[in-house]
Amino acid sequence: MEHITVNPWASLAYLVAGVCFILALRGLSSPATSQRGNRMGIIGMTIAVVTTLITHVPYLFSDGWTLYAPARDITPFIDWLTVAEILAAIGIGAAIGITTARRIAMTDMPQLVAAFHSLVGLAAVLVACAAFLNPGAFGIAEGGVIFAQSRIEMGLGVAIGAITFSGSVIAFLKLNGNMGGAPILLPGRHVINLGVLAAILGLVGYFTIDQSAWVFWTITVLSFVIGFLLIVPIGGADMPVVVSMLNSYSGWAAAAMGFTLHNTAMIITGALVGSSGAILSYIMCKAMNRSFISVIAGGFGGETAAAGGAPKEQRPWKRGSAEDAAFLLEQAEQVIIVPGYGMAVSQAQHALREMGDKLKAHGVRVKYAIHPVAGRMPGHMNVLLAEANVPYDDVFELEDINSEFAQTDVAFVIGANDVTNPAAKTDKTSPIYGMPVLDVGKAKTVLFIKRSMGGVGYAGVDNDVFYMDNTMMLLGDAKKMVEEIVKSLD
Amino acid sequence: MDFISILSIFVMACFVGYYVVWSVTPALHTPLMAVTNAISSVIIVGALIAAAAAGIGEGGATSKWLGLLAVVLASVNIFGGFAVTARMLAMYKKKAPAGAKH
Repeated sequence: MEHITVNPWASLAYLVAGVCFILALRGLSSPATSQRGNRMGIIGMTIAVVTTLITHVPYLFSDGWTLYAPARDITPFIDWLTVAEILAAIGIGAAIGITTARRIAMTDMPQLVAAFHSLVGLAAVLVACAAFLNPGAFGIAEGGVIFAQSRIEMGLGVAIGAITFSGSVIAFLKLNGNMGGAPILLPGRHVINLGVLAAILGLVGYFTIDQSAWVFWTITVLSFVIGFLLIVPIGGADMPVVVSMLNSYSGWAAAAMGFTLHNTAMIITGALVGSSGAILSYIMCKAMNRSFISVIAGGFGGETAAAGGAPKEQRPWKRGSAEDAAFLLEQAEQVIIVPGYGMAVSQAQHALREMGDKLKAHGVRVKYAIHPVAGRMPGHMNVLLAEANVPYDDVFELEDINSEFAQTDVAFVIGANDVTNPAAKTDKTSPIYGMPVLDVGKAKTVLFIKRSMGGVGYAGVDNDVFYMDNTMMLLGDAKKMVEEIVKSLD
Repeated sequence: MDFISILSIFVMACFVGYYVVWSVTPALHTPLMAVTNAISSVIIVGALIAAAAAGIGEGGATSKWLGLLAVVLASVNIFGGFAVTARMLAMYKKKAPAGAKH
């Protein structure tokens, strides 16, 4: 087997880039070192890109042919047109990327991440197609025949890339509200999905003995289809898992292409990103007490309403006003704020921080409790609170703060529902049974901001907290309600 | 490099990834996704190779344009991913000292 001629310095540079990426993730272990981490990532990427640009200068030969490998006798000269095109391509991408990054609202982060995932997926597909059409340039073929091993890597790369692309597009449309969050369930979807997956794997195997174009293109098309079919039946509440899972796929796609190109930077990065997404998916599944398989199988959030919400009698509940809430908050010694997706939807984080500041000025201890699946992606609430200048020392994870509710005067729930539902502990028939929840009910008083008494969260389960003696419901838009409380605190 | 060497790097990197990612604080999970997004666009290396190598055989020209398009997509991700991560990380502040105003 002919090996790719590699410049040892280039290999070393790619290895350094890979190490930079490891350090970039390592930096995220604490907010204090995180910015340094991001800079390491930028350094690593610069090394990888510059190395590639230097080692793959496009040459033009005097007879009009271009050839990347220095395999011919005629003196080549640099193909400046292609160089300009490449630099222009980078420039266009940079302009779009930076503008988007500056303009995006923090509440729209989940959509942006899904959109970015789709780009990685599509880029992987394009690179795999380019490698299939022009294998000589990548040094993976001899006399037009692609090495069998490279065919497997290429087939897997294009398949994972295509699944990442179409899956992320659907996730984006769902998160962005262009498509309903409710799961769309096709009859016999499990059979169809398994059939398509088996066909893809079979074709990747067949690709090693027959490198015909139809095999490659069929793999590509089927993979686009399966990405779509896999994500369509998954409901809005499961989006944190889906986004993490697609994050993982984008990593595996990069790794597969790294195998094809024998590039260490791509392999290391692919493995890092792949494990990162997989771990996040695991954390999200655990936080919902659901198995990964059941999330993938889809359907949660649509058909479950009947299971848990057996028609209950009208139960009495108390309604409070902003003034009542302000009074209770002022008198408290400790207040724990529990934000959820509703806070993101109404952009209430800034008003909430203002409320926190006012309470602190009154001598109240204010803490924030974050459930791992609050919001639409891992860490979504933390970013929004950080955006509103809430110091991260005041923000606590579920297991660190849950025992404190019993010694808390006011639990202030804003736009969160399922993550506070005690049915997860007591009601075995509930679809969220077994999910770890925040024990807001143990606080002396619960203030629960909710749009109306009608909707009952994504899981479609009624929440006993609403009807407790120590609960006061604050009905209305989260942001307006908090602003009114802030006014009353003066 | 032979397949086993590459596979070794891959397997070791998976383990490194496993331990490094578990050490990431949950508060930074959103920036983690944004930055992993940016670095997975290292796939731009493949795109650059394709874009720089036109003209070999009949697939060369098509391959070049696919490569250029992939360079654009990956660049969006690289610049956008790092920029948005930097923007998010800049927001994570320590508790302001008593009396200080934001």
